[in-house]
Parts: sequence; structure tokens; C-alpha cells
Amino acid sequence: MSFMPSFLISLAAVAVLFGIGYGGAAAGAGAVIGIYVPYAALLVFLGGLVWKVADWANSPVPFRIPTTSGQQKSLDWIRRDPIDSPFTKGEVVLRMALEVLFFRSLLKNTKTQLHHGKPAYATDLWLWLAAIIFHYSMLVVLLRHLRLFLAETPFFVTAIERADGFMQVGVPVFYATSIGILLGLLWLLSRRILNPLVRYISLPNDYFPLLLLLGIAGSGFCLRYIDKTDIVAVKELTVGLASFSPAADAIANINPLFFGHLFLVAILFAYFPFSKLMHLAGVFLSPTRNLANNSRAERHINPWNPKVKMHTYDEYEDDFRDLMKEVGLPVEKE
Amino acid sequence: MSDKGKIFLGLIVFIVAVTYPMWGGVFAKTPAPDVQLPDGKCIESRDYMVANHMNMLDEWRDKFVREGEEIYIASDGTEHAISLTKTCMKSGCHDNKTEFCDKCHTYADVDPYCWDCHVAPDQVAPKGGN
Amino acid sequence: MAKFDEMAFYDHKEMTNISYAPPATPWMDTPVQFRPGSYIYPGKARHLEYLGLPNAREWEVTENDWKLQDNWKQIILEGMADRLQRFRSFKLFMDICVRCGACADKCHFFIGGGDPKNMPVLRAELLRSIYRKNFTAMGKVMGKIAGGRPLTIDVIKEWFYYFFQCTECRRCSVFCPYGIDTAEITIMGRELLGLLGIYVNWIIEPAANCFRTGNHLGIQPHTMKDIFDDFATDIEDITGISLDIPFNKKGAEVLFVTPSGDIFAEPGIYTAMGYCLFFNEIGLDYTWSTYASEGGNFGLFTSNEVMKRLNSKIYAEAQRLGVKYIIGGECGHMWRVLHQYMDTMNGPADFLETPKNPITGTVFEHAKSTKMIHIMEFMADLIKNGKMPPVDKSRNDDCVVTFHDSCNPARGMGIFEEPRYVLRHVCNNFVEMPENTIREQTFCCGGGAGLGTDENMEMRLRGGLPRGAAVKHVQDEHGVNRLSCMCAIDRATLHTVCEYWAHGVEVCGITELVANAMICKGEKKREINMRFQPLPGAEQE
Repeated sequence: MSFMPSFLISLAAVAVLFGIGYGGAAAGAGAVIGIYVPYAALLVFLGGLVWKVADWANSPVPFRIPTTSGQQKSLDWIRRDPIDSPFTKGEVVLRMALEVLFFRSLLKNTKTQLHHGKPAYATDLWLWLAAIIFHYSMLVVLLRHLRLFLAETPFFVTAIERADGFMQVGVPVFYATSIGILLGLLWLLSRRILNPLVRYISLPNDYFPLLLLLGIAGSGFCLRYIDKTDIVAVKELTVGLASFSPAADAIANINPLFFGHLFLVAILFAYFPFSKLMHLAGVFLSPTRNLANNSRAERHINPWNPKVKMHTYDEYEDDFRDLMKEVGLPVEKE
Repeated sequence: MSDKGKIFLGLIVFIVAVTYPMWGGVFAKTPAPDVQLPDGKCIESRDYMVANHMNMLDEWRDKFVREGEEIYIASDGTEHAISLTKTCMKSGCHDNKTEFCDKCHTYADVDPYCWDCHVAPDQVAPKGGN
Repeated sequence: MAKFDEMAFYDHKEMTNISYAPPATPWMDTPVQFRPGSYIYPGKARHLEYLGLPNAREWEVTENDWKLQDNWKQIILEGMADRLQRFRSFKLFMDICVRCGACADKCHFFIGGGDPKNMPVLRAELLRSIYRKNFTAMGKVMGKIAGGRPLTIDVIKEWFYYFFQCTECRRCSVFCPYGIDTAEITIMGRELLGLLGIYVNWIIEPAANCFRTGNHLGIQPHTMKDIFDDFATDIEDITGISLDIPFNKKGAEVLFVTPSGDIFAEPGIYTAMGYCLFFNEIGLDYTWSTYASEGGNFGLFTSNEVMKRLNSKIYAEAQRLGVKYIIGGECGHMWRVLHQYMDTMNGPADFLETPKNPITGTVFEHAKSTKMIHIMEFMADLIKNGKMPPVDKSRNDDCVVTFHDSCNPARGMGIFEEPRYVLRHVCNNFVEMPENTIREQTFCCGGGAGLGTDENMEMRLRGGLPRGAAVKHVQDEHGVNRLSCMCAIDRATLHTVCEYWAHGVEVCGITELVANAMICKGEKKREINMRFQPLPGAEQE
């Protein structure tokens, strides 16, 4: 599918979904969108994620195939690379931690350009930067939302809010991650659209989650800074959800925009296990990263190691015995 | 290679983390604030005030301190003095910070900096003044 | 007039006029076009039959009818389901790609050709689109909108074209934030094609040969003996040393295994002769084998089963001969198999001992399970301990040497320092190529994974462009005239790459340079190197 239909389908899907949430609440179905849908979405999310990861886990890793990007362990006096060629479990954990927390492989990214037919390679960190800004903003935004789910806000959430609002501008205080998440997403979306190669490989599966997240972050931004709502009523609803005693009477006091926001979040949760967003869990399981480069020191077991037809030495000697004897090669049977 | 145990453990950790909102508040059930509203009418509608009072106060501060304006004309045309303590918190309205402001702010984890400068009427020593 | 399988056919200007702009039609709607020079001939029926592989028949790539089984769709889908169950890598890599594009410009075929389906991500999408359509709920329900597409004969043809335009070099996997390894995708793709009897002859013939004769080239034992007798004669001509080259010797301490490509053609034979001279000089009790006369393993490019079948001979022969451990020569994919697969497939090798250098006493603990070490590890240990025979580096002074990290030892093993240490010990002039083209970022020769045949000349040259350009760079900057590498496929394919992209640079193995420099006990006054060329300074005397 080419760019336009892919993009427009995704955009339309997000717009319609937002409309369902917003319009549904405005038309009096706030309880459905505010209570039933979130529970259903959470169930699908957790169930789907567990099912998907279990499905991955059910397939064994027959061979130990780490991508070695650094010096192996061989002779003691050769300085080895414990991160890019991990030998011990601890080193693997370190490699994985750097991968998960800092997107280390992306940090190696280069850009290839041709100069008169000669390729030249330059470090290219824009993708890494956009990814880091988006993912960490997202994490902070998620953690900040805990204040709406826990009746007594935990100290660390308050601390995060303080740090995030370090600029101390605006009322309510403006959070760096409010703009960070939007900028990161817009950046990722625009490179997807503007870079001809990335546009060429992009599917609706790529535009939809980006636009969905943009819809969520955008509506959240509006709710906090522009078209505000009764946050205490929202918290009554969300705390009620979290404590399994939904506060349906709070719904009437809440801006329908909130339900547009909430519905998109529910869709994101429900969509998550069936999409590329599963890279969240998958990154931990990648056999090229999470295995030690110690294949020659410790035997890796393949549970389905197949029985195959071999060509044994005896069969070989039967084929060539006379020729071997002619040139004086030793044989087993004369 | 059998790593199902590790994967299972990872899943458990993930589920525990994701459901934190559901178990994190089990032992600390603070009820939603039950705010006593004074009799009479506020300068704007309840809904508007609930969502936007912080912006109104923010604008008031700028108007009063920086532009010298002293009067706010509400949407129904009535005029009100621009003053936190003399309008909003005057006696008979929201004169009790602890019972009115703090209840929601604490619940929603909001930490406004009004009180860096202002002193709430209910927290002033009787003979003080500001 | 040159033909498409000759490099003179390809004009330099045209070959460097590369556009990275994708075509106007979406990739799912852009059918593959088989252009002479860019695909490999089908596997001959007799080789498939010898290996017992399915659907053995004669067919042509450019014919409309590929003579597949009637139920080929079912075979592919069942094959996919089976492999999804057996390989977590496959299942995971089908699911988690986010199409960020970080891999896009990392593939040598894309850099040198600009075909968007040579971007690793799109190569994987060729398979992923079928996976989504048939194995995911989203794809089943939403089809194209969820990135799925139906399995048609055109998809199979596209797979054939692009899975044989990937050298499984793993360069893309270094950059992927999730470690998605296109080599795994290509391996799966080729296994699936194999179920329909779709192989290329350049791979399946060596695989069949290896199964029968013990080596890819089909060299029979008596011929092999003859070749080595010639080596011995040549070595005597060069050094004055007459040596005995042990074969199938029971009770030897070490079995030595190396790719047969090196005993067959220049410039690999100089390296093979180097091994003989080196082992003789240090007095190692070792043996070659005619049965396990192949280190390389074209099974890796066929299926994991065939890989196991070919590889099994190494341990079997080690056991039969009663050696203590195994040393492997300079080869690329051979070391991927030995390092990451052999022990798992054909181990445990509990009849062998942990490798121990009898001269230095060093125990190679890192190989305590597989019991096989790389000759560069062995040599580096000798040098470090001062037990290497004395060397006269100046004998290599006619060479300004650079080193090509071969894909598999680099990204599937991590052997970077040992060869450099040995190189610096035996030659005075060593320079590195630019940093984005060496070590873990090294570029493929363009002909690995069974693609190094002349009918594939255009793709070899295109795929060789990034490596060739890097060689050209050091040739212009530092006067490099020798590209050393430790891979037999490299020695065959880089010769072409250099001739085209960096004319004047010759290719060699490291052991060849070692053999040149090594001062042997009782040697005559050396006047020529292993290539029978005069040593530097020899002419003047």
C-alpha cells in the first residue's frame, strides 16, 4: 500500500476512535467508555501480552547466535569486550541493560551517502535522539499519571512531577515531557513521511500507532493546559477504577474530551499485544543480544536436535578405498 | 536451552508493575474530598471554577501586580475586586484554606505556589494582618 | 565483447550511478525481474537427489513454470508453522520489527545497488507479509491494511531473488535496536524455498560434493594427496625444506581442518602451503584428513539439517583418528558454524581434550567444550610466548597490507585482535581501512553465503562496492597493495572485487604472509616468496 492510503486510513481510524470516545461520553455513554472499556482493554492487554510472550517462550532457541560486535574472550592477554562480546551472564545483563535503557545499538547508527559513487559513512544520531526523547517522555508521563490512580500520591511521583516541572512556568505548571512526548512523536512521524526510504517501507501498522499516540498525547496536553476538566472528578473515576469500585457519579462532571483521551488509551492497550509495539517485551528475548558469546566454552543444547542421515567414514572408505590405497593413504579395511 | 523460568519471572515482574495502581493504594484508601461549598453564588459557574480557577488567579496576579487593574468583570457583568484574600477567601466564602483549597490539592497532588507569598486567612494570627 | 558473467561487461560509470530513490510503485506491487548477472542458476536435480532433498528436477529461473509441487502453498505454510515452533528467533523477528529503517543503508547490496528490497527491513518484510497474512489475527482479518499479502508464485520468485541476494553477513544486526538478524531471516527463507526444491547450484553442488567426498570441490582422496605432494614440491623449491604432510594419521595430537577452496585455487593455495610449512616448522604432531577435508559448510546456506550432516564429519574424524583436539584454518562461515553451531549440533565432543598448545603449555579454556581453536589464536599464543619461529618481516616489505575482517568471524565469533597481532608480527607495513568498514562494521565481500559465482557477477560487484571503495581509499591514501583476510570465500571473491574496484590490490591469507616471513631451520637462502615472486631486495643482489 502506498503512503497516502496507509496514512489516511490510520488517521481516519484514530479520528473515528477519538470521536467514539468523545461523542459517546457527550451522548451519555460515559459509564461505558469510562468504566467498561478500560477494564476490557486492560484485560486484553495483559492477557494478550502474556499469551504473546508465552508463545515466544514456547519456541526454543536452538542455537547460540549472539551478534558479536567486539573482541571475543580467547587468550588472557588479549583485551576483550565484555559488553559487545559478553562471556558471562553478568556481562550479558550489562549488554541488555544498555540496550534496553539507552538503545545502544541505535547509538551506533550511521548514515551512508554516495559521493561520486563512493560511499561515505557518518554518525547519525537523530533517530536515537527522537526515540530516547519519546520513550523517556512517555515513561515519565505514565508515572506522573499515577497521581490519578492512587488516592495518596506516592512520594516518588511527586518527586518526578517536581523534576518534570523544573521550568516552573505556567499554571498549571508546564511539564517538559508534555512537549517532549509530542516532539518525539512528531519527529518520528515526520521522518517516516519525509525520508523516502522509510516512507517506502512504512505500513498502516506504522502510522496507526504513531497517530494513536499523538492523539493520546495531544488530547492529554489539551486536558491539562487548554480545555481543562474537573481533575478531582477524574481522579474519583480513576481511583475508583483502580480500586474496583467505579465511581459512576463522577462521570457527569468530566469534560467529554477526557473520554476521547481515555478511549484512545484503551485502544492503545488493546492493540498493543497484536502489534509491533510488542518490541517492548521482544527486546528482552532477542537471541542475538541476550546470549553470551561463550559457545565454545559451554555447550548450548538444542531440544529438537534432529537425527539426520550422515555419510560415515566407513561409507566414504567404501567409495574410495582403492583410490586411497593407490596413493598410500591408510585405510581401515584392507 | 530452558529459559522459560526467566521469561515467566519477567512476566510476573511486568504484571506486578503494570497493576501497581491497583494494589499500590490498597492500604491507604483516602476518600475523594468532600468539599463544603458556601452558600451563595461564586463569581463564575462552578464547573468553570473547578477547571480553571488556577488560570483566573494567575491572570489576576498579573493584572493586579503588573498592570494595576483592580476590578474583574465576570461573565455575568458583575464586578469583583481582584484579590485572593478579599474576594475568594473573604469571610463566608472560601475562608478556610485547609477545608477548601487543600482538600482537592492534596488529593490531586497539586502544589500551588500561592502560599509562597499569600497567607491564608484561617492561618493568620488574630491580631496580625497583611 | 564481454558477457554478463564477466566483469568487463559492467561499465564503471553505470555501476557507480546509484540511486537510492525507491520506485513509484509500492513494493508489494513491484514484481521481481530476473536480469542476467543478478541471479544464480538453479540446483541440478542430481545434487538434490544425492542429498535426498525434495522435488529434484531440472528447471530454469526465467521460465514461467518452476515445476513446483501441486500443494506448494501448503508446503510453505506448514514449513513456516514448523519453523516458527522451532526457532524463537524466527517468530520474534517476524513480530517485533518497528520498521525504523536503521538497517536500511547498512547492507552492501543496497549501498552498491539501491534496490529497496535489499534493505534488510524490506528483505524481511517479504517473509513477514506472508507471516502476517497467515499467522496473525490482525493480518487474517485486515489483510493488506495490516501489512499482509497473499502467498502467490510471484512471492516465491521474489523470495528466491532476494534471499539469494543476502550474504547472511549480519552487518544489519549490529545496528538493529532489537538485534533482528537478517541472516536468520534469510536462513529461514532459504529453508522454506528448499522445501519446494528451490536451491541454487552454486550452493547445492558443493553441499552434495562435500557429503560424498568430504569437501565442497569434490576432490577425491587420491587427488588431494597429489595436490599436497605438489605443495611439498613447491615448498621445497621455495625454502629448500623437504617436508612430510601427514594425512589421516591416527594418534596425531591435532586434526587440522580448513576450507577446500584454499587447496584448489590461487591465492588460497599459498595460505594452504603456509599451513604445511608452519606446522612442520613448529614440529606439531598434526594431521590433515581426506574425509573431513572441508571446514566450510554450504549446509549453512541450505538448511540446518544439511549443515549438521556436513559438519558431522569433523568430530567423527577426530574421534576415529584419536586426536586430542582440532585446529581450524582461516575461513569465514566455517568459523560461524564451528563457533556457534558445531558443538550444539554434533557435540558433545567428550572424546577430545581441552585444547592445549604443546609448545607453550597454554590451555585454551575458551574452547573447553567445542575443543576447536582458530589457527590465529594458536599463532598469537606462540608469538606472545616467544615460541614462534623467528621471522624476517622485511620479506613482506613489497606489501603494504590492510586487513579485511570477514563477516562471520567478526560478527559471529568476535575474533578481531588475534589476526591483527599476527599480521603486525610478520609485516612492517600494515594499515587499517576506515573505521566504519572494519571490525564489527566490516563489509562483506559481496559473494559470501553461496553467492560468489560468475553468473551473479553484477550483484557481486555491486555488493562488493563498499568493501572495494574502502580498499581503494587506502590504496590511494597509503599505497596499499595487499588485502589480507582469513576466509577462503573472500580469497576467491575479493580478488574480483579488488580487480574491479581497487585495481592493483591483491588478496592473500595471513598464513601466507607468515610463511613468507618465517625463517625455517635449515632453509636455503630465500629468494622467492610463497607465490614464486622475488623477495624484496632479491633482484638487486
